Amino acid sequence: MNDMTPTREQREAALEGMGCKRKRVEDIRFTQGKGQYVDDLKLPGMVFGDFVRSPYAHAKITRIDASEALKLPGVIAVLTAEDLKGVNLAWMPTLAGDVQMVLADGKVLYQNQEVAFVVAENRYIADDAIQLVEVEYEELPVLTDPFKSMDADAPVLRPDLDGKMEGAHGPRKHHNHIFTWEVGDREETDKAFSEADVTIKELISYHRTHPSPLETCQCVASMDKIKGELTVWGTFQAPHVIRTVASLLSTIPEQKIHVIAPDIGGGFGNKVGAYPGYICAIVASIVTGVPVKWVEDRMENLSTTSFARDYHMTAEIAAKNDGTVTGLKVHVLADHGGFDACADPSKWPAGFFNIVTGSYDFPAAHLEVDGVYTNKAPGGVAYRCSFRVTEAAYCIERAMDILAQKLDMDPADLRMKNFVKAEQFPYHSALGWEYDSGDYHTAMQKAMDTIGYRELRAEQKAKQEAFKRGETREIMGIGVSFFTEIVGAGPSKNCDILGVAMFDSAEIRVHPTGSVISRMGTKSQGQGHETTWAQIIATEIGIPAADIMVEEGNTDTAPYGLGTYGSRSTPVAGAAIALASRKIRNKAQMIAAHMLEVSEYDLEWDVDGFQVKGNPQARKSMKEIAWAAYHAPPPGMEPGLEAVSYYDPPNMTYPFGAYLCVMDIDVDTGVAKTRRFYALDDCGTRINPMIIEGQVHGGLTEAFAIAMGQEIRYDEMGNVLGASFMDFFLPTAVETPHWETDFTVTPSPHHPIGAKGVGESPNVGGVPAFSNAVNDAFKFLGSTHIQMPHDAWRIWQAAKELGAHG
Amino acid sequence: MIPGAFTYHRPSSVAEAVAILVSHGDEARPLSGGHSLIPMMKLRMAAPEHLVDLGGIADLKGITDDGDTITIRAMTTQHELIASDLLAQKLPIIRETSLLIADPQIRYVGTLGGNVANGDPGNDMPALMQCLDAAYVLTGPEGDREVPARDFYEAAYFTTLAPDEILTAVRIPVPPAGHGYAYEKLKRKVGDYATAAAAVVLTLDGGTVSFCSIALTNVADTPLYAQEAGEILTGSTLDAETVARAVAAAEEITEPASDGRGPAEYRTKMAGVMLQRALARAATRAAS
Amino acid sequence: MSDIEQIPVTMTVNGKKVQRFVEARTLLIHFLREDLNLTGPHIGCETSHCGACTVELNGMSVKSCTMFAVQADGAELTTIEGMANADGTLSALQEGFRQMHGLQCGFCTPGMILRAHTLLKENPNPTEEEIRMGISGNLCRCTGYQNIVKAIQYAAAKLNGTEFQEAAE
Repeated sequence: MNDMTPTREQREAALEGMGCKRKRVEDIRFTQGKGQYVDDLKLPGMVFGDFVRSPYAHAKITRIDASEALKLPGVIAVLTAEDLKGVNLAWMPTLAGDVQMVLADGKVLYQNQEVAFVVAENRYIADDAIQLVEVEYEELPVLTDPFKSMDADAPVLRPDLDGKMEGAHGPRKHHNHIFTWEVGDREETDKAFSEADVTIKELISYHRTHPSPLETCQCVASMDKIKGELTVWGTFQAPHVIRTVASLLSTIPEQKIHVIAPDIGGGFGNKVGAYPGYICAIVASIVTGVPVKWVEDRMENLSTTSFARDYHMTAEIAAKNDGTVTGLKVHVLADHGGFDACADPSKWPAGFFNIVTGSYDFPAAHLEVDGVYTNKAPGGVAYRCSFRVTEAAYCIERAMDILAQKLDMDPADLRMKNFVKAEQFPYHSALGWEYDSGDYHTAMQKAMDTIGYRELRAEQKAKQEAFKRGETREIMGIGVSFFTEIVGAGPSKNCDILGVAMFDSAEIRVHPTGSVISRMGTKSQGQGHETTWAQIIATEIGIPAADIMVEEGNTDTAPYGLGTYGSRSTPVAGAAIALASRKIRNKAQMIAAHMLEVSEYDLEWDVDGFQVKGNPQARKSMKEIAWAAYHAPPPGMEPGLEAVSYYDPPNMTYPFGAYLCVMDIDVDTGVAKTRRFYALDDCGTRINPMIIEGQVHGGLTEAFAIAMGQEIRYDEMGNVLGASFMDFFLPTAVETPHWETDFTVTPSPHHPIGAKGVGESPNVGGVPAFSNAVNDAFKFLGSTHIQMPHDAWRIWQAAKELGAHG
Repeated sequence: MIPGAFTYHRPSSVAEAVAILVSHGDEARPLSGGHSLIPMMKLRMAAPEHLVDLGGIADLKGITDDGDTITIRAMTTQHELIASDLLAQKLPIIRETSLLIADPQIRYVGTLGGNVANGDPGNDMPALMQCLDAAYVLTGPEGDREVPARDFYEAAYFTTLAPDEILTAVRIPVPPAGHGYAYEKLKRKVGDYATAAAAVVLTLDGGTVSFCSIALTNVADTPLYAQEAGEILTGSTLDAETVARAVAAAEEITEPASDGRGPAEYRTKMAGVMLQRALARAATRAAS
Repeated sequence: MSDIEQIPVTMTVNGKKVQRFVEARTLLIHFLREDLNLTGPHIGCETSHCGACTVELNGMSVKSCTMFAVQADGAELTTIEGMANADGTLSALQEGFRQMHGLQCGFCTPGMILRAHTLLKENPNPTEEEIRMGISGNLCRCTGYQNIVKAIQYAAAKLNGTEFQEAAE
């Protein structure tokens, strides 16, 4: 070898494979304003659709008169439910097994519900026409309190379900009842409670909020009537699912539907479902024969296209005097709004809420969830979390703090006492999951040591004394949160969407010159897949990431996949990528053996090629092998070098983490200031630490917002309050705390590269950390639980009720 | 969110602008920074048929020192208020308040005239102008008239400004050198209106308050000049008992709405807390 | 529509003079995106809170969703499309955002970079607090701002010809 031959380390570095902080390839276009988002699309002849919406939360519609609107020059059509009935699309099925009105069919069930769809030459004329559509309403009694949904005299929200006592998830017990979902062993759990030294019980509510990505939901539908082909560009986190749904609903054959998700301006769960806007744009394009664009505005986004949470959880824990937990009982009242449009795998009406035993070894547990209708927008999406996992994590993490308080134990010590131990993995939880791997004690201890937990507790005690002496009006809270997520839906035995198993896929083609194009069934909305997927391939097949192009979102070219949400991309598609890569490497090994005239068993892999064992000089790089694959493959072997993998994971993955939050609260204003926030994440193998850190920062910021004020509120009339960025709390750079990140690495044993997924952990673990910090601050004044969100006035009110204002 | 159609006017003089307002009456609206009016138009809650853009009137720009008073022309932006050395020296509370309004982008275009004229109780400048006992110059077909800020506001979005008048300038008496001042604003985040805010200007003479003016933002449907609270404090040493009485007097005149910022009770109390803190900070800044 | 009055506007956008006829109510953001095909500036909230539509107008950062195109008649504008160096390479700010991972979905990025651009012109050596205040009219849903702050610090250092020192975590 001469001096110019790169060393092994240099060759490895040149790959920019797994574990390196590779800069993002997406950023080249995004930093120059050259991202291609849906609203950037302009097609010849394209027109614009927009909705007439209901000002009432519950009303009969007695008349719709679009005649004045239709007289306005530039107005092309006004669609109502009657028009949609002609194509059997006035209603559409939801992912949760319910049906949902596309346009109001005789009545409305929530404020801003879609009533008519105006199609006009441009968005200005469409907006003018909306003002001219006359709709007559007859107001009906409004139901906004889910606790009153099942009252005997509660108004009937869904006359279409009249007499239907069997829902998609079992029997319905009231006209506003959707389902009851029960998991666990009731008897065993009752026994644990009857034998317990100590029990706690608390209603822990997780308020309604919204994912609110900066780009709203939007699409362009274009029907080519000659070819009978429909193309839809849209903000789709799961483009293939949209294609299948569109085919089933429209009866257009699936091969004639082209669904394309271009660049997406954030999703956070908002862009998983199918919304009336998509359906109406498609129908309008079929009717008019020209492309139709639909772009919702921010108020429409916040008030109609999905909400998140709205879970009212009554948690009970049974424990021994020494703090050992013996039983967990949870009842959830789930407010689903006017239609059950939850975006969960079809068999899971409450998602994976049965992860509610958290990181603790509960010998017995029982869970029951009741879903009910109210006059609120439908949805129930997984806002930066796996399905209902953040609700579960919040529930158990608050409940453990309440138990610690009752036992007069430190909340960190109580957690340490009850953690599932490293040697217990794979661990079978009382509510039916098999946790793949974990080392909770190590993570918690590292977090406590790093932040100086005991010293902070001492400082807190001193401040409490000073407060009691009247020397300060500031109190201090330390929020402890230790979460276990369940992500990577999912094994086909558990998880499907409308019958399609939740696998994911990758297709990799190595070109003759040794460069690569690869396509996946996932769809990045900012996660940086074009960068990280290439890193996995680079490490697996020894071709530099810079030579690997990653493409997602075009259903014509990408293999079928279930999309990106619920932190499933790395656990599922990430595995498919690794396995497809390995198929390529296996074939490459045969080609290399032929080239080197040795048996393939005499070869070993070395960074970016194969070498003869014991004779590393005799080697063939992947680049050389790729060329050979196309011009001189071994006799009898098919030419080419490409592979497809569809991966059905054997299990979910279970990322975990220890989060600690130090907060100072001004008792006189209720203003809470986060002094420190430390987040330790264990997401198994780390593909790109830079991107992981970015994901954690972003998720923590969302958690901060949710815990400290971000809320979709309704008044008693069902008016949605604060559906704009004035009121809906999205923190700016000024309010957002500084984040400290850390990690441990416990690979997933069943995942080909050991990775678990990380995008949602910070939201799941962050919310309880903030809420526990607020609650922890007020504990010494006798408080047990203060409901979220913890905006200033609610904190002030809690302080007042606790007598802190003198 | 698209505004309705309108006819656009861009006069180059105040007289021309007033003439347009006169000829169109209620159907015309002046446009200054636009960050209140344009969102309202996009929501179709405002639909003026004629929009009179004041941005082309050179005469509506600038800050002048008239000795005892400072005159700020209406189209002077918050960004310009913040950058003004004259204001920094003589009326530093204007800079302090301006920095708490909206966000950097909006401060580049948001104007003092627009902020005080449109009658939005959430705006910060009206209470500040009441605290400073400023007068507004209103120019109409009959010429100029001056209205004290303390008499200008009638209800939310209702003021003494006639439909054919333009608020062209604000005249502010210069407080004595060495005065203490503070604008304390509680808000949920940058860009929000105040949950409650208090403006204080005071002078101290040997530790005793010789003059004290107080006004409150966004705790009623108009800004509130808290005259009684100021009077209670005048002659005091800002001792806890007197401050408590003044705070109670200020809280007494509030009548806030309950909204996402909190229930009325909270906002009243926050007006008191903001006042208390503004007094304390103003006192530390005052020459004794 | 023929009966709607069309008003002539002239602007210099990214150094190029443009002339168009617009309806009076045409918002500047729509003028840029629809008439000039400059789709870098985005629409995020429509109520002047998110800053995704931020452009530079006569040296000021403005939210182009809350301004009519006619108001910008005669103005000089810069959008993200005009931010790269003359030779086509990424400018210091664009490079900073990439190096410091100051973006994820990229939707807020054009507005964020334009805001930072004007901020650095006015204050070439901003403190972290000044940067946070300076970008407080721009919302980002992905990054939590921490890396955006670093991106702007990186650009400031590069523009000042000094070495960027990343603060110890």
